[in-house]
Amino acid sequence: MAAAAGRQPPGPAEGEAPAAGREAGAGGEEGEGRAKGGVEAGGCYLALCARPVHFEKANPVNCVFFDEANKQVFAVRSGGATGVVVKGLEDRNPISFRMEDKGEVKCIKFSLGNKILAVQRTLKSVDFLNFIPDSPQLEYTQECKVLPEKRTLKLLKNQSINVNWYMYCPESSVILLSTTVLGNVLQPFYFKSGTMSKLSKFEIELPAAPKSSKLSLSERDIAMATIYGQLYVLYLRHHSRTSNSTGAEVVLYHLPREGSCKKTHILKLNRTGKFALNVVDNLVVVHHQDTETSVIFDIKLKGEFDGSTTIHQFVLPPRSIQPYQIPVAGPPSVTSQAPVPCKLYSSSWIVFQPDIIISASEGYLWSLQVKLEPVVNLLVDKGKLMDFLLQRKECKMVILSVCSQMLSEPERGSLSVIATVFDKLNNEYKKYLEAEQSYTMVVETGLSRSNPLLKRPVRTQAVIDQSDMYTHVLSVFTEKKEAPHKFTIAVLMEYIRSLNQFQIAVQHYLYELVIKTLVQHNLFYMLHQFLQYHVLSDSKPLACLLLSLESIYPPAHQLSLDMLKRLSTANDEIVEVLLSKHQVLAALRFIRGIGGHDSISARKFLDAAKQAEDEMLFYTIFRFFEQRNQRLRGNPSFTPGEHCEEHVTFFKQVFGEQALMKPTTF
Amino acid sequence: MAAAGAAGQEKQLAPTLLSFFIYNPKLGPKEGEEEKKILFYHPNEVEKNEKIRNVGLCEAIVQFTRTFSPTKPAKSLHTQKNRQFFHEPEENFWMVMVVRNPIIEKHKDGKPVYEYQEEELLDKVYSSVLQQCYSMYKLFNGTFLRAMEDGGVKVLKERLEKFFHRYLQTLHLQSCDLLDVFCGISFFPLDKMTYLKIQSFINRMEESLNIVKYTAFLYNDQLIWSGLEQDDMRILYKYLTTSLFPRHMEPELAGRDSPIRAEMPGNLQHYGRFLTGPLNLNDPDTKCRFPKIFVNTDDTYEELHLIVYKAMSAAVCFMIDASIPPTLEFCRKLDSIVGPQLTVLASDICEQYNINKRISGAEKEPQFKFIYFNHMNLAEKSTIHMRKTPSVSLASVHPDLMKILGDINSDFSRGETMDEMQTLQLLQPC
Repeated sequence: MAAAAGRQPPGPAEGEAPAAGREAGAGGEEGEGRAKGGVEAGGCYLALCARPVHFEKANPVNCVFFDEANKQVFAVRSGGATGVVVKGLEDRNPISFRMEDKGEVKCIKFSLGNKILAVQRTLKSVDFLNFIPDSPQLEYTQECKVLPEKRTLKLLKNQSINVNWYMYCPESSVILLSTTVLGNVLQPFYFKSGTMSKLSKFEIELPAAPKSSKLSLSERDIAMATIYGQLYVLYLRHHSRTSNSTGAEVVLYHLPREGSCKKTHILKLNRTGKFALNVVDNLVVVHHQDTETSVIFDIKLKGEFDGSTTIHQFVLPPRSIQPYQIPVAGPPSVTSQAPVPCKLYSSSWIVFQPDIIISASEGYLWSLQVKLEPVVNLLVDKGKLMDFLLQRKECKMVILSVCSQMLSEPERGSLSVIATVFDKLNNEYKKYLEAEQSYTMVVETGLSRSNPLLKRPVRTQAVIDQSDMYTHVLSVFTEKKEAPHKFTIAVLMEYIRSLNQFQIAVQHYLYELVIKTLVQHNLFYMLHQFLQYHVLSDSKPLACLLLSLESIYPPAHQLSLDMLKRLSTANDEIVEVLLSKHQVLAALRFIRGIGGHDSISARKFLDAAKQAEDEMLFYTIFRFFEQRNQRLRGNPSFTPGEHCEEHVTFFKQVFGEQALMKPTTF
Repeated sequence: MAAAGAAGQEKQLAPTLLSFFIYNPKLGPKEGEEEKKILFYHPNEVEKNEKIRNVGLCEAIVQFTRTFSPTKPAKSLHTQKNRQFFHEPEENFWMVMVVRNPIIEKHKDGKPVYEYQEEELLDKVYSSVLQQCYSMYKLFNGTFLRAMEDGGVKVLKERLEKFFHRYLQTLHLQSCDLLDVFCGISFFPLDKMTYLKIQSFINRMEESLNIVKYTAFLYNDQLIWSGLEQDDMRILYKYLTTSLFPRHMEPELAGRDSPIRAEMPGNLQHYGRFLTGPLNLNDPDTKCRFPKIFVNTDDTYEELHLIVYKAMSAAVCFMIDASIPPTLEFCRKLDSIVGPQLTVLASDICEQYNINKRISGAEKEPQFKFIYFNHMNLAEKSTIHMRKTPSVSLASVHPDLMKILGDINSDFSRGETMDEMQTLQLLQPC
């Protein structure tokens, strides 16, 4: 297995490649150290990707190279004369071409976009080949910026430093140079659109004072990676007998674009031996070859802070990468064979940043993945589990399943745990809502033009909103009815409490869920108390729901009307509700109270009054509208447009013609 | 009326309880066995034959009026000197309360002359007081019938004697008014968030102390949450606010360093303490006895231990099944879990309450004097009544006005067209 940075000692076929592209070793010591038995398959939270890049394995006539920038594997047969095959993780269609064998290839790689091929054959020169369509494929050479049109290169800048070794991180375009005798003073440079800027140098603290003045910091022990959007230099500090550390550790130096590099985190490995590093989904993965297990660290989780650095223990117990089966290639007759298990943590593995593992001997390139499902059972502390999951890319469904799990037997969580989980989810939800809100505000006020950097906030999977919770967790949980209703209500109230705490407006469907549950268990008094304290916020849908409960809980009628009144946008509904109950006078009083009695339909009220089968009521209502007619038009009679002929006839029938109001003549 | 005339020579005597008895006509149907009907009689000193006579009279009145109204027999009997109230809370069990009308004592020719105020007492008020007597008895003893089932007449008589002997002394008939008719619950005004915090607290406590069946939460003697059904809560609320809390006022008011406080088990972490149950948790011999209450007597008939625990102005009632006797260990656990959290919650509520008060300007004297009662949630609010003292609630308006209010209420409820909500509002009489 290769060391931290993915560098491998020279293999039998090639020498060390000095160019930026690391060679991916060859040969391989297969059969050495069989997989240790008993490595628990359960709980493996790391896995190799299901669709690896397969390439012809390294052998004396086939050299294999890996380019970290494009994540491509080059298989060069006989110096390119018999073919070069380029495969990448992203571009699934391999590029094949031939080139003249001009000697042993030390390093080979494409420019971004696969337009220019660079081949290094000697120590001092690099050959270039244009891969632009309709452009002649002629090679041109430059000794030590490439202009494909002119087939020349341009020297950007010259810096004279004594360098022991260097390391380039394509992701961040930062190159790190090891300087001084001991090699532990690192000088970073940052490349951006054709310029190179020098960042402030920093010193890596070595574990113990070196005995002699010789190179003491190897590039194998250094890696660069972007974690949570920040560039870090990772230093694998081996256990030293003289220091009282309990094992090796990974020291993280934060390398900002501006300002000085600072030691910020220490990851305790608590073991010794050979290690390799990967960074996956903002987690630092440390592989340990001796035990064939890996551990992960999350620098966002709480650690022990000593005033300048935070010390972290690994998040989960060490586990092996999930066993991997190599599909057997070959004629169909043979493929029926059982797939061969892949030797994990093999010494022929080479690890590249951030998440690449290559087995040169078997001809595979994988990306490393973090599996979240197994983590659920390994992290007992649900609060910590949520902190961990909320930082992961593909976390939504796992989080929702954790929520479902903690609400049902046998792993039902206590209410305080449930509260903690809800708070953590809503904290994230609120952050997104706020970002979204301030973005909308800036856009609406037209301030966006002055701020070109303004971007719409990205909704990550960690944003779990009310509809997610309702659909995947709460409605399922309430419908199952396996938990005692007390618990069900407590959980719903806890979720509502949490939303309120983060000042998030609660959607009415959550209230409906509460009401439904209360109604099912005849807990009307509780419902009444919740409404009394406006825990269930007013809304038209909620008022309608209450109205529908009237037959089983009569006070719901009044509660509903009160709610509609408070909404002050539901006056028509109030009138309708009252009329439907034949409370015609109450409806009329209400509409008069809000000053709407001049525009209401007389027919509607007269209809309701007639249905009430109360003659005095009918008389009163009829008289009211006659008076209105008199006031508005100077005549108490109804106009044909009001369609009240039927009611006028009825009135005459019951009370006699003389009861009709006489028009006042002056 | 009372205020008229030569005030210096007149003396008003408040209404008083003359007698109070409970009987069941089925227990001594034969002649000569009438005494068996009587289950409780106050005052006990009354001669046996008079007891029998009085019970017989009541029985006769009820029977007689029943012929006119089979479903609604007489509820009260007005006489010149007194008024009798009848109540049949359980089939064949009759409770009778005789109240002497208020008297104006005048002096004529140097001799005192008594003038009975026949129309002063409000039927509804005292009928409600009588009903409350039963509800309170039932809360702590269960139904009459249950006592009979438990041990016959003997047990029932014992329970009645034990309960009413003390309870009747606490009836303050002179200060009963409209509020007794409502027997409402005063709710503590609270913002949504604090309310939700309390909800969350209650749910978590019920989970940790898993034997808790129901919880009620009060602040400043006002209700915030009841897990009990409304009718049970109504009477429990009455008990808490008129009996239990006032008895524990003194140490609360006393400062932390006062000698009364020093006697209480000192706990530096929190202010929580038991109002019922153990006095000193550090004393291994302390008794963990809690009052028993009976709820849902119409259907599930549950017997519960009532644990009342208070920290500052916040009080929680935990009700646990009577079949599980709370041990000292349980009490200590409760104290250690509930105490600190309730202390924090109480100060949160206090802080929030003060903020809300400042915003709404509620500190000002209310503009209108009113009594509010919502019969749906029994919410009651009065700006007429001063803060209730242990025994009496004092109305700040003239008694005549209170009487008018009572009359209006009676008029409203007599007519079946009672509004959903009754708000009596009147301008302050100046």
